[in-house]
Parts: sequence; C-alpha cells; structure tokens
Amino acid sequence: MKKLILVGVGLLVAALVSTPAVVMAADAEAAVSSANTFNRLLQKPAEKNLPPAEDGIHDAENDNTYVLQPPKIAFDSLVRSDFGNYVDWIKSLRDQKISPRTERMGGGEEAMIMDLDIIREVRGSMPNVVFPHKGHTEWLQCSNCHPDIFIPQQGANRMNMAGILLGQKCGVCHGKVSFPIVTTTCRLCHSQAKPEGWAPGKSAASVDNPWQ
Amino acid sequence: MKIKGLVKSMRYALIGGVLALLLPFSASHAEYGDVVINNYADAAGMRPVVFPHWYHRIRFRCKVCHADLGFAFKAGGNDITMEKIIDGQFCGACHNGEVAWSIENCGMCHSGIPNTPTQIHGSTVQRLVAPSYKSMNAK
Repeated sequence: MKKLILVGVGLLVAALVSTPAVVMAADAEAAVSSANTFNRLLQKPAEKNLPPAEDGIHDAENDNTYVLQPPKIAFDSLVRSDFGNYVDWIKSLRDQKISPRTERMGGGEEAMIMDLDIIREVRGSMPNVVFPHKGHTEWLQCSNCHPDIFIPQQGANRMNMAGILLGQKCGVCHGKVSFPIVTTTCRLCHSQAKPEGWAPGKSAASVDNPWQ
Repeated sequence: MKIKGLVKSMRYALIGGVLALLLPFSASHAEYGDVVINNYADAAGMRPVVFPHWYHRIRFRCKVCHADLGFAFKAGGNDITMEKIIDGQFCGACHNGEVAWSIENCGMCHSGIPNTPTQIHGSTVQRLVAPSYKSMNAK
C-alpha cells in the first residue's frame, strides 16, 4: 500500500512537472484530459537564441557542434527586436553594429541604395502597405527580385496574405529568413494609415440582412 | 481523505502522468533562418548540413551569395555537392581556406540531427497548423 502511494506520488510529481496543464482539482475527482490542454496547437520556443547543441536542429553528438558560435554571443552587440532572430538587422546595419561585405572578397563599393517607397492599397481595414526599396537595396541586388519574383511595373503584381504566408512574393524571404510574419511585425509593412473618412466595404449578406 | 478516494486520485494522477509523458514537448527552436539541407547527406552517411543565415548575414549582404554566387532562394534547391564545393562553387567560393575555413572541418557544416528533412527551420510554413496548407515549394 505504501509502495503504491509512493509510486503514485512520484508519478504525480512527474505529471505536474512535465505538463503544466494537468490540473488537480481540490476534490481530486478527475484530471483535465490531454485533449483539453491549454494551447494544444501552439508550440512556443522555450528560450530564444539557444546555443547550437540545444536548439533541436544541430546534433549534440557531433563534436564540431560545440565549436559553432552560440548566437547570443554574436547578438549581444547588435540592436535587438522581438521577433525572428530577435535582432533588428536593418538598425544594426544603419547603426554600424555590423558591416557586412558588398563583395565576396571585401573592398567593394557602397551598396547601390535606391530610396523609393511603393504603396499598395489594401482592400480591407488593414493600413496600406509601404514597401521601402531603401531597406531592401541595402542588402539585395535588383535581380534578386526583378523580374522573377516581382514584375517591375505598378499594378502588375497581385498578391494576398495567404500567398505570402505560403511562400510566394514577399513570402519568398519574409517568414523564412527575413523578419517573420507575426502579429508584432504586421505594422512593419502595413504602415500607412487609411485616408480620412475611409471605411471598409460591407458584406452584401449583412447589408440585406432579413433578420435586422 | 478515505483510502479509497486517495487511490482513485492517484489513479488519475497516473493516467495524467503517463499522458503527460506521451504528449509531444514544445518544439525546440533553432535559430530563425537556419536552413537544413539534406538532399544527399543522409544517403551518404553524413549528418545533414545546417546553414546559419544569421552568422553569414553579419558578414555578407544578401546579394553576395544570392546574386554573385548564384544561390537560389530555395532550401535544397541548389543541388550542392562536395564536388562542386571543392571546385569553388557555392559554399566553396568562400570555404576554401582563403575567405573562410576550409572543407576538412566536416562537422562544422554537417552538424544536423540525422534524418532531418530539408527545410528552413522555424519558417512560417512550418507554423501553419493545418497539414493541407503546403508551401508553394512542396511537391
């Protein structure tokens, strides 16, 4: 009997430690079923910028994994952000915290920066999108995007968020290697407020609503 | 508390404990933008390659690799082989002992967990919860 209780206590501790969502009610009638855990679909990283041996992708059995630089050390001197690598790469470059080469062997000329904002009007209530060529040309060459990904002509590129999230157009880089598409980054693109007096279009089904 | 009640609660704790251990743990999070390349590595008995964008971004602008060296914007889409590397193409343009360390350091690149499929780790497509939503690049 004592053994059973001890084993049970041990497992109880294991359950509480390994799944914070398992709730022990005061009268101990039933535990919350695993189907009803809080946030069952959200997999949040336990910690940001983990060192290679712990990051879930690098093999900890590989000796050389321990020679690889832990990101935190490199990011210490850079401007931080709260998404992606948790580094603001644009600011880090402009504040000269990093000076990435423009040519493979170094000594290249200044990047050819083009300061031209493209405005994309959004049908819905989200602020209009402002695409800044400046921040992109500091890193990329024209041919990286034109014409393969974006036709260099106003109105020639149709896109929507679904396509972007699936990796088309802006999604070729954003959501993969440049800043991810999360709620904290929406306003980085959707940055131009709608004009005064603008209102979103109403759904036809609700305009002619027979029950109102 | 009665003994009967106690045993019952322990039973549920046991069930909860076993279920807890069977549940998947929260996903580990490699550095955002890490590209795992496993076109040929597993078949050749090597760990897959993990390419860290962040480390290279500090030292090179995107255009150096993606315009000058011809890397396509696609994980696994460049058909990189060791032969091409030793001939100075792709990674070999710098990892040749001149611009950066050379290829004798196998495990520095081939550091991925075996059997990891080619992917950009932590990409938005991996965060989509519905399996029917596949990346445009998926076959």
